[in-house]
Order: sequence, then C-alpha cells, then structure tokens
Amino acid sequence: MKIELIINGETRSADADPWKRLLDFVREDLRLTGTKEGCGEGECGACTVLLDGEPVNSCLVAAGQCAHRRVTTVEGLARGELLHAVQRALVARGGAQCGICTPGIAVCAAHLVDEGLVSGDRARDRVRELLAGNICRCTGYQLIVDAVIEAATDVAAGEAAAEVHE
Amino acid sequence: MESRAVGASVARVDGVAKVTGRARYLDDLDAAGVWHGMTVRSQIAHGVLEGIDRDPSFDWSRVVVVTAEDIPGKNVITLIEDDQPALVPVGGEVRHVDEPVALVAAPTRALAYAARAAIRPRIRPLPNVFTIDDALSARVKLHGDDNVFKKFSIRKGHARDEEIEAALAGCAHVIDSVYRTSAQEQMYIEPQAMMASWIGDACHVTGSMQCPYYVHKAMKPLLDLHAEQAIITQTVTGGGFGGKEEYPSMIAAHCALLARKAHAPVKIVYDRDEDIAATTKRHPAVIHHRLGIDREGNLVVAAIDVVMDGGAYATLSAVVLSRGVLHAAGPYKCPMVKIVGRVVATNHPPHGAFRGFGAPQTTFAYERQIEKAAKRVGAPPLAYRRKHALREGDTTATGQTLTYSVGTDAVLDALEQVAGPKPAKTGTSASGAPVRRGRGVCFYFHGAGFTGSGEQRLAGRATVALTRDGRFEVRASSTDIGQGAITIFTQLAADALGVSPSLVEVVDPSTDRVPDSGPTVASRTCMVVGGLVEQASRALRGRISAWGREFGRANESIASLAHDVAADLGPLEETVQYQPPPGIAWDDETYTGSAYPVFGWAACLVDVTIDLDTYEVAVDRCVQAVDVGKAINPTIVRGQIDGGTLQALGWALLENVVYKDGKVANANMTNCIVPTFADAPELETIIVECPYPFGPHGAKGVGEIPMDGPAAAVANAVGDALGLDFDTIPITPEMIATRMRRS
Repeated sequence: MKIELIINGETRSADADPWKRLLDFVREDLRLTGTKEGCGEGECGACTVLLDGEPVNSCLVAAGQCAHRRVTTVEGLARGELLHAVQRALVARGGAQCGICTPGIAVCAAHLVDEGLVSGDRARDRVRELLAGNICRCTGYQLIVDAVIEAATDVAAGEAAAEVHE
Repeated sequence: MESRAVGASVARVDGVAKVTGRARYLDDLDAAGVWHGMTVRSQIAHGVLEGIDRDPSFDWSRVVVVTAEDIPGKNVITLIEDDQPALVPVGGEVRHVDEPVALVAAPTRALAYAARAAIRPRIRPLPNVFTIDDALSARVKLHGDDNVFKKFSIRKGHARDEEIEAALAGCAHVIDSVYRTSAQEQMYIEPQAMMASWIGDACHVTGSMQCPYYVHKAMKPLLDLHAEQAIITQTVTGGGFGGKEEYPSMIAAHCALLARKAHAPVKIVYDRDEDIAATTKRHPAVIHHRLGIDREGNLVVAAIDVVMDGGAYATLSAVVLSRGVLHAAGPYKCPMVKIVGRVVATNHPPHGAFRGFGAPQTTFAYERQIEKAAKRVGAPPLAYRRKHALREGDTTATGQTLTYSVGTDAVLDALEQVAGPKPAKTGTSASGAPVRRGRGVCFYFHGAGFTGSGEQRLAGRATVALTRDGRFEVRASSTDIGQGAITIFTQLAADALGVSPSLVEVVDPSTDRVPDSGPTVASRTCMVVGGLVEQASRALRGRISAWGREFGRANESIASLAHDVAADLGPLEETVQYQPPPGIAWDDETYTGSAYPVFGWAACLVDVTIDLDTYEVAVDRCVQAVDVGKAINPTIVRGQIDGGTLQALGWALLENVVYKDGKVANANMTNCIVPTFADAPELETIIVECPYPFGPHGAKGVGEIPMDGPAAAVANAVGDALGLDFDTIPITPEMIATRMRRS
C-alpha cells in the first residue's frame, strides 16, 4: 500500500505494508535514520517522533495509521544549519553523551519547549515528569534537565523579544 | 605553552551530529546487498548438543546456516582462558541458556527470523549449577575439580590464618556480616550491533564496540587470518559501560562466519530481549567481611572472603575479581588484612565487564562495615571515616605506600561543606502517607588504569600526525562510547601542539589506521592514552618548531608553519608508547606492591525518604565529591560522574537481573528496569582535583569511580531511616516490607 504522509513539513510517500512500524517506515523507506530503536516495546523512547504534534513511540505505531498525518523526526528540528534551541542547549550543556537516546529526547523536549509546557516554579519537576518516557543511561539526566530548562528560557526570551519588536 | 582548551568545557566534537540525528550508528549503515544475521540459541542451561534439527518444510535455499563446522580456524573466542566457543559444536557441551549453537542469515530480517524459528537444537540435559554455594560444593563439576575459575589472596601484616583468627578474637568489637549484590545489566540504549564483509581474503568488521583490538585478536585464530587480514572499525557507539568490552568479539565472529558463507555483507543487530538474555552483566557477589576494631574504633584486622558468580565461561572474570579484591579492604588504615577472592563457574550466561569491574561489589561491603563500626563505637559516620582513612604515607592492603595524589581530606571537606542538616526523621508524604527519612554517607577510592603491571604488559601506543594539508590527526584505538574520548584527545593534542582544536581530528578507530592503545576500559582512556596523545603531540610540535628555527621562522606559530612543513617534509608522525611512572612495582605472585599507579577518591552523601505505606525509597539528595586529578573538560567529567552515580543508585534500589533455571526471567526493558528522569534525584556533583603527577595535566580516572560508592550510601541511609541493616541489594520495597514485618 502506498503511504503518504507529511514528514518534517514535506509530503512524501512510499509503498509499504500498513502494519509496518512507523519506526521502520521512517528509517527504511524514507531513509531518515536519526530515529533510533532501543527496545522495540515502547519503554526507552529512543524512537520518539511527533505525530500531529504529539510525542509517540514510533515502534508502537503502524505506518498505515499515519497516512496524511504530520510526522516530525529529529531531522525536522533544525532549520538548515540553525539548530533548535533544545539541540543547541543539549550540545552546550553536555546533555548528549553516547547520543543514541538523544534524537528521541530532542524531539520530545523540543515539543515541551515549543508548547511552553516546562515553565514556572516547578519547571525542573515538569521536565522530569514529561520526559520520563525517554531513558538515557549515560547522563544521569542532570545535564539534560539543565539543557531543557535553558532552551525553555531561551525560547521564552526569544518570544518576548519578538513581541517587543512587533 | 599556556593551556587553552584543557580545563575548559569545550563542546563535544560529536555533539551536533548526535543532536541532529546525523551520527551514524551501525544499524544506520547498510552495505550494498547486506544480509541480516540471527543467532540460534540453546533453550536449556547445561547439556550435550546432540544435533541441530532443521524443519524440512522450510525453504533453506534462500538462507545460509552456519554451525561450528563452518569455522575455518579455532572454535574459540580468544580472551583470557580461550574456553568459550563461538558456536557449540554438535557433540559439545552447552553451558548456559541462550548460548549460540547455530547462525542464520537471509536477505531480509523477516526471512532470517523465520529461518531461526525453523531450527531447533537437540540437547540432552545435564545437571545444573545456579548458585555460588552449589558451585563451591562441586557436586557438579563445570570447571576443574572445584569450579573455581580463579582465586586470589592478599595478606597484609604477613599474617597466617591462626594469627588473623587470634587477632579477631582479641578485638573489642568484631563486625561480622555477609553482603550480597545482584547481577546488573549495562543497558546501553543501542543494542549490540555488528557488520562484517569479506573483500578478497580480508575480513572487515565494523560495529558498536569498546575495544577494536580485542575483536582483532579474537578474529585471527577463529578465521585463520594474518593480522592484516582482519580489519576492525568502531562505529559510533551508543553506550558500553563494559557491556561492549568483550561480547562484541562473539558477534563479530558470527557476522564474519555468516558473511563468509553468504558471500555478502552480514549485519547482526540484537533485539533488546536477546541482548539482555545473552550478553554479559555485572557479577553477582557474596562477600563475608569480618572487621575487628579496638575500643577506640581503630581498625585492627580485616578478614574478607569474596566469591563471585562468573557464569559459564571464564571471560574477564579473573580480572574483575582481581579489581574486586584489590579494593575490598577500602581506603582505611588497617595493619592486618586477609582477603581471599574466588570466582566460580555456574550455568548462568557469563558475567563480565561493567563499570567499576568488581570494585562496586566489595565497596558496598566495606562501606557497610565501616558504617557499622562507627555505630558500634558511637562515632559520627563522616568523622569516623575521616579519622581512619588513608593519607599520604599510609599503606594499602597490598602494601602500597601512597606518596601522592591522596584526595581523602579534599573530598571529605567538599562533602561536609554542602552536607547541611539531616532531614527530620519522621513526617508525612505529599499523599499523606507516613514517611521515615535517613541519611547515609560513604567514602571510597578507585584505582585508575590497569591493575598491577597490566599497563606495562599492554604497552599501549598512540600516534599524532601532521597531515599533507597541514592539519593534525590523533590515532588511537580508544573508542568514544559517549564518555567524550575524542573531545578530550582533541583538547589535549591541541594544547600540546599549540594549535586550535579545530585543526585536530581524532580518526575513527580502525585497526588498519590506528596503533593498539589498549582497550577502552579501566578508567584509563584520559589518564593513560590521553597522556600518550599529549606526549606524541609535544614530540611532533618539537619537530615542527625545529624546522621553523632552521628556516628562520622561529617566531611563527605551529599552525602557520604546519602547512609548509608538510609541503617540505611530507606527512610527519610521532608515536609514543606507555612508560610506567617511577616507583611502581607489583608482584603478581604475592599480590603485593603498587596495585595501581594512582587512586581516585570520593565521598558520597544520600538522603532518602521511605514511604511507610508502600516502602518505596525516594532518593532526595545525592551528593558526590569525586577527585579526578584534573578535569580536562569539566562538563564531560560532570557527565561521567552523574551517569555513574545514577547507575549506582539504580543498582542499589531497583535494578536486578532475575534468573530462573538459568534463564533471564526479565529480559526486556519493561521488567529489567533502570532509573528514568522521574526516578533520578537532582545530582549534586562536586569535582575535586588532586593532581596525579604522571597524568596529562594531572588527570586520573573518572569513568568508573562514581559507580562504586553510592549503593553503600543508600543502604546506610535506609538503615538510618528504619533502624535496620540492609546488606543485600537491590533494596526493593518487597525487601523492606519483609524486613519491617519481621521486626
């Protein structure tokens, strides 16, 4: 079956079994290998992508379910060479070590930051709650939390600055 | 030359590739026409392989099947003992569940799965050994007459057994306890992954690994190859923690055998359940520790018996045990010590390397003992440790006199400065449940680099080269497995050369391009290999400077000379081989002398809250003050300490590999759990720097040390909260419930 979807803003299609995991469809058929498989059972979050703007484990979603829907992978976070605030902060703060969980964390964290879900007094706790589906074995999470908070602050400041310019 | 990159938190050189998804791990690479390999495994733990049955209704023409008969050389995964086959031969003995007995490969993964399901090993069962006690009873013999793979003894004070017993009998207090620690899964998030292809008579292996030269060493006899016919290249590796130290040789062997028969490149990527079930884990250990102290609390005598479950094959067990016993007496002044360590054969899958490498097990035991000793004499826990800890001039259990870089007071001071008041003992949780709170501390050390004369035997080498285009290359077999090796090497080389880090490239470790710098293990990459990189860089800089002087350009920078030197002299390179620091002597026969050239030192504080309705333990605070000598890159060092700390907290409270009839019963991430964002406390990491005079800029090991101590601090904290001793980890809610009911 021909499956057409909007991947990182671009409409693309490929012939595939509708039961194929979205993870495999993205990696094999669309050749976007940034999305990783860590467990294949929805535990580790390495395969996180956004489906119509919401984070999902792409190992648990059938490609056929995604027809004509919007999928965002890690490749869709940067604008050309301009990194997303979360990506920038992960590099600067040491939030990526071996890097295999990083695409999933970057996608999920970018969603949290872009949607303004991690602001306020309890921001660090919110990050920990909302990223709890993404397992990292290298960092102890500390520097990832730092990075997401920094990115959220940057984005909020950027938006405030944009409002002033308007 | 003033240092610029070293000591700065330079961003990782591979950072952008990793956050954008551009970094290519093994499963992201596909050679043209690559086939998929799968492993057929034993279903039972011990038996004789009588045959390998194939379903006659399956179309075998589309796949290849490999058995032990297809091995052109020696059927062994070369490591220490050469006792582990790549594939159990028909007529041979299966020694653990999920042991490889045959391999299949097919053009698609689906077909390979189908082929694997159509093969069934026929195994005649033999009696099993699943516990350390059963192994020691030797009723079933798996290894020699006593099932002991390796035994070590350490004696300090030249004490005979009778003298030890007499000394214990004469002590005011004897703390006599048995400690048990569980198997732990490394749980790197990238499963094991490897690919092999044959080009002419040369075998090219690429994949996720810590030690390309270990794989190289294993491929030669197995495939009957000359050194240059085995070319091993590491790909970007998604975590290792020891789990990709020895096991990759097995998967490389399998890929190479399949590729040879299929006449196509073959890749094997383990499914998570297979990875957890079949690959190595931390050795479970039982430690009987008797500590005799006098009325004032001074340590008089320690008698320590360490037994580890090695699993079915020797693998690295002897070395893990060695590190375990060398740390077993801890960083404390004690004139009389006897340590006996044994690692035994069982029918569990082989246990192997995991961050800390035996030291976390024995550290858990001695730091529980010290806690009990302090309590016995009514001394505050930290003050007791400070009073009896080793300082410069003191000797360790092996008789090593410490003459430099002892961080005892520095780490204890750092911890005390931030400790703050103890939390209130009782209270109520947010959900209204009654809680108890407690605090635990621990103090510990970790030897950096290979044990004893290991580094001399390895004679690791590293090369720094000036390339034709006036840039610099670092060539070393140390792999970046997330710990930041390539960034650290870039910083060290750049400063030693006197050039910008942007002019330095660390080449991908491939055995045809880099010298053998030794394996990426033992907290040695920065301290040992980084030191070689620095020395080679200095030597190369000397040659470039000499050229500058000769041509009247002595005032020019190395960067500006480099291009012209390369044009004039062609590419240059300098290779440096490891030389031990002066005064290092080790006797393998008596296990005495300088066990390590230097130790890192650390102190840890943990506050816990225990919910008295659910018995869940929450870690509210975890402070670690860790002496790393010199933080070449503070952010990377911080990341190492944080990561090791959380693995240790996980081991203390929730990580456990459960065996049932020799099979891992929780071989998936849903049940074999590791801490998540929500489980982790805010980690308060303090970097302490007591320089090592022979390390690059003073650096010593950092990778492993944070793993050793926190488990004891957690047990001490839980004990403080509940007034009970917890000597077995993980301390699960079920365990606490049982103990609370009993008390």
